[in-house]
Amino acid sequence: MSDFFSAFFDDLPQLRSGLWVTLQATVLGALLALLLSFVLGLMSVSRLLVLRGVSRVVVEFFRGTSLYIQLFWLHYAMPPLTGYELTPLLCGVVAFGLNYGAYGSEVVRGAVNSVPRAQYEAAVALNMTPLRRMRKVILPQAWVQMIPSFTNLLIQLLKCTPLLWLISAADLMTVIQQLRDRTGETLTAYMTLLVTYFVLAYALTLLMNLLERSAKRRLGLQTGAGSLLRGRSAAEAVASTAGGAR
Amino acid sequence: MNGFDWSAARDALPLVLEGFEVTLLATVLGTLVAAVLGLAIAIAGRAPSRFVTVPVRVVMEFIRSTPLLVQLVGAAALFTFVEPLTIGIVVLGIHYSTYTSEVYRAGIDGVPKGQWEACRALSLSPRRTWQAVILPQAVRNVLPALGNYAISMFKETPFLAVITVQEMVFEARKYGADHFAYTEAFTLAGLVFLVASYPTSLLMRKLEKRLGH
Amino acid sequence: MATEPLPLQKTAAAAAVDIAPVPATSQTGRPLVRFDNVVKRYGDHVVLDGLDFSVRRGENVTLIGPSGSGKTTILRLLMTLEKVSDGVIWVDGDPLSHTRAPDGSLRPATEKHLRKARKKIGMVFQQFNLFPHMKVLQNITEAPVSVLGMGRDEAETRARELLDLVGLSGKTDAHPSQLSGGQQQRVAIARALAMQPEILLLDEVTSALDPELVAGVLELLSDIARNTDITMLCVTHEMNFARDVSETVLMFDAGRVIESGSPEKIFTDPAHERTREFLTAVL
Repeated sequence: MSDFFSAFFDDLPQLRSGLWVTLQATVLGALLALLLSFVLGLMSVSRLLVLRGVSRVVVEFFRGTSLYIQLFWLHYAMPPLTGYELTPLLCGVVAFGLNYGAYGSEVVRGAVNSVPRAQYEAAVALNMTPLRRMRKVILPQAWVQMIPSFTNLLIQLLKCTPLLWLISAADLMTVIQQLRDRTGETLTAYMTLLVTYFVLAYALTLLMNLLERSAKRRLGLQTGAGSLLRGRSAAEAVASTAGGAR
Repeated sequence: MNGFDWSAARDALPLVLEGFEVTLLATVLGTLVAAVLGLAIAIAGRAPSRFVTVPVRVVMEFIRSTPLLVQLVGAAALFTFVEPLTIGIVVLGIHYSTYTSEVYRAGIDGVPKGQWEACRALSLSPRRTWQAVILPQAVRNVLPALGNYAISMFKETPFLAVITVQEMVFEARKYGADHFAYTEAFTLAGLVFLVASYPTSLLMRKLEKRLGH
Repeated sequence: MATEPLPLQKTAAAAAVDIAPVPATSQTGRPLVRFDNVVKRYGDHVVLDGLDFSVRRGENVTLIGPSGSGKTTILRLLMTLEKVSDGVIWVDGDPLSHTRAPDGSLRPATEKHLRKARKKIGMVFQQFNLFPHMKVLQNITEAPVSVLGMGRDEAETRARELLDLVGLSGKTDAHPSQLSGGQQQRVAIARALAMQPEILLLDEVTSALDPELVAGVLELLSDIARNTDITMLCVTHEMNFARDVSETVLMFDAGRVIESGSPEKIFTDPAHERTREFLTAVL
């Protein structure tokens, strides 16, 4: 075991850059997913059949074909087919963004639909334009409901980042694998990796809970400090029974 | 740069479908493990002693918050004497049982308190209480959720290729490498996923509506 | 929370705040609101069955009748929350439910037309429908700023005047969830008035309130009715309010007006058997 950790500390710069790649893929992928969630989600609640149809097809396509395939397709199949080649990290960001954007759009759609119709009617009675109704009345209320589901998706996305290893993106998993190969300490190496991911997942959950709390406070809802520390388990079960948000 | 080679796709199809059988097998058995283990965990989570419930919760939270791929690769590296497919099924099952146990838990929580009290009033044994009263009511509502997790698992079976299980993506990748036809092979595999998972998810949505979720 | 009497000095303020400037020519001529053979169906269910009635400018009208008789639907049609199945609604001589094509024929209304037509109309809902994510002041200023293009300072000054009028001057920075039902409904009334409507629709505005809060809200509405030129259409189960505030009472049954007249006439000497039955049941 001491072999592994002495190698571990010798390789700190590589580990740091591996962690950086993993974090970049997570954060950039999540931002792309967030953007797509709103674009596709708002299209799916549009009055125009064309927009709803396009959104439906795109969402079902990226949900239905496995993330793993999407990543490999971008990495292996796209260059010969189109002549364009993305860096491994960019492949990851695009694949994570597309896949989780499709799931996220269902979150946006559900949250927008869950805002009581009375709110929409009040906005009509005040003669707001459709755009303003959405921006000023519906979305601010829907946003609070989206955050717990987005937290789940963010953790799922984080958990998919070791896939980067398969397309040689020099992420955290790649670096730890190299350490394992050099030291032969299989159990320690993988436990270290798992614990690192666990800590990352918890840090992200905490951040998202903070975000949720500030959003709730803006709605004038009271929240206790306990809500910050609670895990995701309860919310996850709800999300799954509510139609497989995953 | 070359276009999409239809004849390569036709060539790859039998291999990909052969791999698909393994994919399906892994999904079905993995779901079975997750369904049974999840139930056991949910019941253990209701144990009267904290020495049971707290460790169960911590382990579940850990497995749920860490990547399936790392768990798979780690298990395969540690248990080299076990067949990769078996490892794949067990790890998939354990990973997903941390989700399904939450589904069961919600189902069990949904059984009215009066049902527990009625069992106590009739002096039913704990075993009979679970078997005859609580579970039949709890499990009915969890079917759609289990189905949705089965679909999720199906779409994560390609991870098994990493530990050399010869499922669909493994075959596709092999064909792609041998014939330099990644485009055709992966496109084909993706389409098989879409064709298989979309109707199933529609079915689950219908089931959900019927059960009144 | 105890009762919320409307402070008496605020009654005088109601006269001072100029809520809806009314053109000088308004008292004569065409009706402000006219329903012309309006039909509203939901599938096979006919809610309004060839409805005809009109309202003069400045007239306060109360719609009464058994539940399910289509009263609320009338307000929702006027607010353009629903579309007519047949017939035409006219407001101030212009079609509300339709757009007039260049050749003079009537076409189903476009969003652009509706936006223009809604300017004259405001509505207060049974469940208040305040925006929970905005503080009280912003609930009132949001639409004047974003829809009427009013400056933020001007909108806030007016909002404070209106909050003063409804007796809530201390609550500008409260969230709706921190207010009682009666207070929320007062804010909703202020929010509707801030848009300077010529027509104010009141949809069972006291039905969701605790009994002890009803009187204060009704008193406020009576003040507004007396001291402004706003035309009010109220759906209510408060017969005293109907008697005190309105000039005209319309009795509905099964999607039609079966009787109309002054409150004294309807409440003391109804002509129709159904009206008599209804009044016996509710009074």
